[in-house]
Amino acid sequence: MDAFSIEGTPKTPTVDFNSETGVIEIKGRSIPENSIEFYKPLVDWLEDYLANPAALTNVNIQLEYFNTSSSKCILDVFKKLEAIYKSGNEVIINWHYEEDDEDMLEAGEDYQSIIKIPFKMIEIEE
Amino acid sequence: MIFNLNKWYKEKQDGEILLSYKGDISSDLITDVLEIIESKLEEKDINSKIRKKVYNTLVECLQNIYHHLDELPFNDETLFNGRFALFLVTKVNEEYRISVGNFIKSEKKQILTDRLNQINSLTREELKSLYKLILNNHDFSEKGGGGLGMIDIAKKTGSKLEYNFYEHKNDYLFYSLSINIS
Repeated sequence: MDAFSIEGTPKTPTVDFNSETGVIEIKGRSIPENSIEFYKPLVDWLEDYLANPAALTNVNIQLEYFNTSSSKCILDVFKKLEAIYKSGNEVIINWHYEEDDEDMLEAGEDYQSIIKIPFKMIEIEE
Repeated sequence: MIFNLNKWYKEKQDGEILLSYKGDISSDLITDVLEIIESKLEEKDINSKIRKKVYNTLVECLQNIYHHLDELPFNDETLFNGRFALFLVTKVNEEYRISVGNFIKSEKKQILTDRLNQINSLTREELKSLYKLILNNHDFSEKGGGGLGMIDIAKKTGSKLEYNFYEHKNDYLFYSLSINIS
């Protein structure tokens, strides 16, 4: 299965999904007006990946900003990852947040309480 | 008394104006505005917490307008035609203030009032719970976040959402919202 990547823009994140290494990254900012349109190919890719995932899927989320319309789409991404986890594969979500960004830490904790996958909260020093 | 939009705009220009805009609102305009406010905030030596809260609040306010404004139907209002909105980011003393305004159909007033009053009545913990409930249980429309934007603003800023409705004509209202961030 092909790797999937999108370059970041001022309103959308850099995306790197690699089925061979199992590394899945979303970095930058996610504040598009139409988040559903942006996230659909990501969710579709994960749906295909679910059929034959790597033994360990390592997810790195490092967002500086995301808007509320992205928040549901990010949850949809996590729900696909949860399905991979529930089918017996290892998945870990590394939630990065900048030092002192309590709102971003809290957002990660919200997802952690909804999604039954191991989360690791990683503080980035400025 | 007939609502005077220019007077509203002028009254909001209090303190130091970081940004003020009156006119058509598009996705590209929002991109440009966010870039401007980001560099303005960086020029100021404020802590990153406040900077992020101001930026976040502005994102949610502008995208809320983008998705939900109603265009006035009549060409006689040449100034306010199209996807018209106003917004300002000001600083009074140590407090940042975001004010936005746009036209909506009068029929939306009740549902908006109820929603804003509900948000304003909740504690931070209750806002947090409501946010998670909506995030996890509601379908979102193409238009956006199922009302999450306003909850997110109230939760992150800890401020009450100050709103007003001003009578316009032909079943339209001017809806304004202000948020303080400190």
